Amino acid sequence: MSNNSKIDLDTLKKLGKLSRIPIDETGSNELMEDLNKIIGFIEQLNEVDTESVNPLSSVTGHNLPIREDVVDDGNKNNDVLENAPEKKSGYFVVPKVIE
Amino acid sequence: MSNLLQFSISEALALLEKKEFSTKELVETYINAIEKTKDLNMYLTTCFDQALEQAKISDQNYLNGNQRFLEGIPLGVKDMFCTKGIETTASSKILKKFIPTYESTVTQNLWKEGAINLGKLSCDEFAMGSSNETAAKGEVINPWNFEEKRTPGGSSGGSAAAVAAKAALAATGTDTGGSIRQPAAFCGVVGLKPTYGRCSRWGIVAFASSLDQAGPITRNVSDAALMLQVMSGYDPKDSTSSNKDVPNFYNDLGKSIKGIKIGIPEEYNSDGISSDILNAKDMTINFLKENGAEIIPVKLPLTKYSLPVYYIVAPAEASSNLARYDGVRYGARIDGNSLDEMYENTRNLGFGDEVKRRIMIGTYVLSSGYYDAYYLKAQKVRRLIKNEFNEIFKQVDYLVTPTTPTTAFKLGSTQDLLTMYLNDVFTVPASLAGIPGISLPIKLDKNKLPVGIQILGKDFDEQGLLNVAKVIESCASFKDTPNGAAS
Amino acid sequence: MTNADQNSNYISGKTGDWEIVIGLEIHAQVLSSSKLFSGASTEFGKDPNHNVSLVDAAMPGMLPVINQTCIKQAIKSGIALNAEINKYSVFDRKNYFYADLPQGYQISQYKYPIVGEGSLKITDANGEDKVIGIERIHLEQDAGKSLHDQHPSKSFIDLNRTGVALMEIVSKPDLRSPEEAASYVKKIRTVLRYIETCDGNMEQGSLRADCNVSVRKPNGDLGTRCEIKNLNSIKFISQAIQYEAERQVEILENGGVIDQETRLFDTSTGETRSMRSKEDAHDYRYFPDPDLLPLELSDSQISEIRSDMPELPDQLVERLISEYGITKYDANVIAEEKEYVHYYENSAKNRDGKLVVNWMTSELFGLLKKNNVQFNQNPISPNYLNELVELIENKTISGKIAKDVFEIMFATSKSPKMIVKEKGLEQVTDDSAIEVFVDQVINENKDKVKEYLSGKDKLFGFFVGQVMKVSQGKANPGLVNKILKSKLK
Repeated sequence: MSNNSKIDLDTLKKLGKLSRIPIDETGSNELMEDLNKIIGFIEQLNEVDTESVNPLSSVTGHNLPIREDVVDDGNKNNDVLENAPEKKSGYFVVPKVIE
Repeated sequence: MSNLLQFSISEALALLEKKEFSTKELVETYINAIEKTKDLNMYLTTCFDQALEQAKISDQNYLNGNQRFLEGIPLGVKDMFCTKGIETTASSKILKKFIPTYESTVTQNLWKEGAINLGKLSCDEFAMGSSNETAAKGEVINPWNFEEKRTPGGSSGGSAAAVAAKAALAATGTDTGGSIRQPAAFCGVVGLKPTYGRCSRWGIVAFASSLDQAGPITRNVSDAALMLQVMSGYDPKDSTSSNKDVPNFYNDLGKSIKGIKIGIPEEYNSDGISSDILNAKDMTINFLKENGAEIIPVKLPLTKYSLPVYYIVAPAEASSNLARYDGVRYGARIDGNSLDEMYENTRNLGFGDEVKRRIMIGTYVLSSGYYDAYYLKAQKVRRLIKNEFNEIFKQVDYLVTPTTPTTAFKLGSTQDLLTMYLNDVFTVPASLAGIPGISLPIKLDKNKLPVGIQILGKDFDEQGLLNVAKVIESCASFKDTPNGAAS
Repeated sequence: MTNADQNSNYISGKTGDWEIVIGLEIHAQVLSSSKLFSGASTEFGKDPNHNVSLVDAAMPGMLPVINQTCIKQAIKSGIALNAEINKYSVFDRKNYFYADLPQGYQISQYKYPIVGEGSLKITDANGEDKVIGIERIHLEQDAGKSLHDQHPSKSFIDLNRTGVALMEIVSKPDLRSPEEAASYVKKIRTVLRYIETCDGNMEQGSLRADCNVSVRKPNGDLGTRCEIKNLNSIKFISQAIQYEAERQVEILENGGVIDQETRLFDTSTGETRSMRSKEDAHDYRYFPDPDLLPLELSDSQISEIRSDMPELPDQLVERLISEYGITKYDANVIAEEKEYVHYYENSAKNRDGKLVVNWMTSELFGLLKKNNVQFNQNPISPNYLNELVELIENKTISGKIAKDVFEIMFATSKSPKMIVKEKGLEQVTDDSAIEVFVDQVINENKDKVKEYLSGKDKLFGFFVGQVMKVSQGKANPGLVNKILKSKLK
């Protein structure tokens, strides 16, 4: 586990990009401080020996439930589009994406 | 007519059946109560017209002798539950004006049994918080010593406050790291987090998928049993839903606790924990002893690692669960010149600071280079924590702990992030392990604020939990009411 | 493969030869009625946002539940590709933002896919076999569709395809030429269509490929690769690979360096270009989806599927070769589609398999292509093809006449026996009848006979032609030859 991992402005900007939350330069110091506090706090897990421990995948203890291949959903265009901030001719509308 | 607000669910059901009063009268009384307590800022949306319409149906059912299990019972619903046709915002600006075309399974279960929706209750934004201070529409004020403007706890602060203030006969909450139990303790009411998988998560705004659980917040233990019975059950639309049979929680209440083993974990302590809280714990231990339970001190050494595990796992899952709030299909949208700009503008203005912090941390601990060190590590420690509980439950049947390290603090008083997180120190371990937990009020502290005690049990042993809680409740005889209550 | 063949795949540059190294990631839409994690229909061509459930639209509180048929289809595909079926697999979230990805993540499989290593044999144009390694197959959700060209500043999103099950089939980087890549894709498509786990319809997008291309000096270290995304036809796949390999060679020959990047293929220019939106950090932050549990399969589940498997193309090819005596090349052509196989086997009953296969692959396919008719609209029933070949085998008609009859069969769907009868096309095999024709031709062309007898051997063909003309094509060519030879002395 990485000790002294710290979030700097560069990392913060990358995180902002990945989560589509813009980093406001003015507030970024406080945010970095807060995040680094949390990182510092969670570092204590280093103290726990987890050699040969399987990560917990689920607390439930049951198997993945499966469903039969039948069409029992969809066909509700109105519900799907009901809350759309912008829609047209049955489509969702967004600012254009140029690839 | 006597004050209708005084009756618990079980009492109200009996009286409604006897036609001592009508559902219409009951609902109207609660509507007035909500009006009276509106300065506590508990409700985000009310649906009084619909409630009165439902009341008519309930009264008809009572007339015909067709009354359902919770016929006519007026409830408040935490705004994390999607309610059909009623604005659901998760207390966030980003879901402003979102009107679901569907009803969550848990609330549907309640309406199917005749319960009535009074409205949506405030909570911390996206259920992230322990004080209800991050709600987009502002803080909720704890009805206890309301002039002191204290927190009701969080994230189900609105729900707990409403039950305490008698602005709802009961309420639904969600608990991810303590969000039902902690506010229940701060508000002097009963709050139950069932075993993970006991209640369906379908239609509940997801915060941390492997931790979220719906549960009841009520005035007393019997009411919690009634609510839980209706809320629980297998849902094929939720892959994490358990298909274990739902016991008749209410009917089977009242079993003797003679000979049961109660573990008292020494780690559930904190620096500066008030003597009142420690005293409440001792009182509880005595109640249990008096009723024939065996008290056994136990050790759960991994307890202190629960919070760091939680603050890795929960934000990680949240960072992914909240990616869908992008202004495309529902909720608020703030335009931009490009798709990415639109995403950024929408999410920047739509999310509050705490939500943003958690998304950032979550993104960080999952990012390449850090995944093994943080997320994977946390899930491994989580397994050890679960194993530790499994082992302890071979020695004892239940654990008794304080619910919170403090009583309700003043709004705005917690400036430090980590201090805020520490509010959950006693509730988080059970969330990580998926085991059920209940909090109930024992006494008031020197500031006349309620102190809650938590009981934890094995997976799917909510019945046992309720039984033990019932015994403690009758011994504690907590009868105080907050000065901010409607009556 | 011989060294010569290997070398023919090289690109030769100023500094020497370059070897192309190709790996393909094929995305195959699973044949199922409903989607991978939702009960909405997978049917193609519906109104926008019609086949969309609230789960697909990622409304708040929605949760995935897995479709058992999709699991089965993936296992079947793994078995057909000689692959290891993993009894334990996990669904992970692949997190990124895009308008056609409502959840903000795709449910896929990262560390623990449902199918492990396998292999697929391909045959090149020379009939040489090569085994291509398969790295893994996993299940994942397809994304929706965006229309970018309907409006100057807006894009339109249709989520019908969102959540449809895809199998991602990842090859090892064993392919060495655009032709091999094309062969590989064709074969995968054939296999999946055989076992009915994917319809392989590339125009509709049910099968598409991402190509990873790099170049290196023969036996050198692997070069930096570029990924060309979303190729949806075999032709584009080989074109794109060819262009990309040459582009890379040119850069390297001029001392440059290849940037590892994702590129798109421009079908109008035949070139690959860099994607404008540079996702410089492709950090997908994979983690196990907490709304699901690991998938655990039992041995009996897997063996039940295994025992139910239909005949696979490779087995079929062997059988066609041994049962019908046709060449491996022809067997591969027939084996490409199950419907070809059914047709062939029906039309070849009791017939000379080699003859039938020629009629099918040259004549029939030729006519279908020329007239732009799909095979499933084929107007010639297998029984009638069988009949036609029978007429040839028993010498009722000659091969040449048969071609005419065939064209009429194609146009009218009539039985060849009837056509031959109606048009009186029976071949003349009576020696004396033919002698009459030959005598007539010899008499009418005395000067040419003189020329032939004085050494102009080439004129023999002329006489044959004349006899055929005079007999209206009905004289048996073999007999004509024999009788002409004996008379032209």
